[in-house]
Amino acid sequence: MTDNLPPDPEEISRIQRSRNNVLGVLLGAFVVLIFFISLAKMG
Amino acid sequence: MTQSVSLQLPTDWRDFLALTKPRVMSLVVFTGICGIIAAPERIHPVLAFTAILCIAIGAGGAAALNQWWEADLDAGMKRTAARPLPSGRMNTIEARDFGVALSVGSVLLMGLAIGWLAAVILAISIVYYAVIYTIWLKPRTPQNIVIGGGAGAFPPLIGWVAATGEITLMPVLLFAIIFFWTPPHFWALALFVKSDYAKVGIPMMPVVAGERATRRQILAYAALLLPLSMAPWWVGGTGSVYGISALVLGLVFLALSARVGLREAADGDTMKPEKQLFAWSVIYLFALFAALVTDRLILA
Repeated sequence: MTDNLPPDPEEISRIQRSRNNVLGVLLGAFVVLIFFISLAKMG
Repeated sequence: MTQSVSLQLPTDWRDFLALTKPRVMSLVVFTGICGIIAAPERIHPVLAFTAILCIAIGAGGAAALNQWWEADLDAGMKRTAARPLPSGRMNTIEARDFGVALSVGSVLLMGLAIGWLAAVILAISIVYYAVIYTIWLKPRTPQNIVIGGGAGAFPPLIGWVAATGEITLMPVLLFAIIFFWTPPHFWALALFVKSDYAKVGIPMMPVVAGERATRRQILAYAALLLPLSMAPWWVGGTGSVYGISALVLGLVFLALSARVGLREAADGDTMKPEKQLFAWSVIYLFALFAALVTDRLILA
């Protein structure tokens, strides 16, 4: 018999935290890229 | 005894990355870089990086849409059953939205930062792979590999257009080289990898037309590839470094293809010629584009 249990809250927050960290790094990198693209386009 | 099963955990970021098929993306990035370097005009390094990034992200978006559409098929094949969608670690709406976001984002960034011609070709390549190949042709024709190869042929064309802003004969030749390289590459693999495409109803050439027809077509495409790969030299688009490299690499490719094309596999066959052809086909493409770049750097 299989009994569906709610997912472990700690596991959920761990996954969400790591996702948010990766998203933060990507957004930061995107800002830096746009900055350098702007410099290149203006150059 | 009860067995605890977690309901829907949030999707891990690694599964989003896996959705983009990073290994396939590396060939796309390599040929895209070669397209930019081989182009006669120089592009600012930051813009070159951005163009390659857009090509890679666009390829990732197309791969995500491919896996969104084929989640059911992937569940039926051993090779793909562990992917994020068939294994239940991600839901299909997330995958679809992620694929659309990557695709649209890459085209917009390419258009705004590089140019709209390159952006249009990038958009066409994404639609070509995600819609024309994945949704329309793959389930219907054993020529799916031939047509699907077109998707892999776009990156050098996009890279060239990103650098020059126009489509000329040379990038079209680079597109054609990869287009004619894809069938022998994949069919050599299909001959020795017993994939369960047939089980999920995907018409692969060896299954639908038989091994003999597949072998003959491998040889035919390899024979076409040799003169085609030398065309850039003949039309004066490259120097002799590329020309001689293409001749030597192509002759080896043709010889290995002839060996595969003209033989029959016996029971319990080790399929060594087929494995050697597949391995050489990977080396061939990297070496050919490396020769193209080397030739350009020497000419510069």
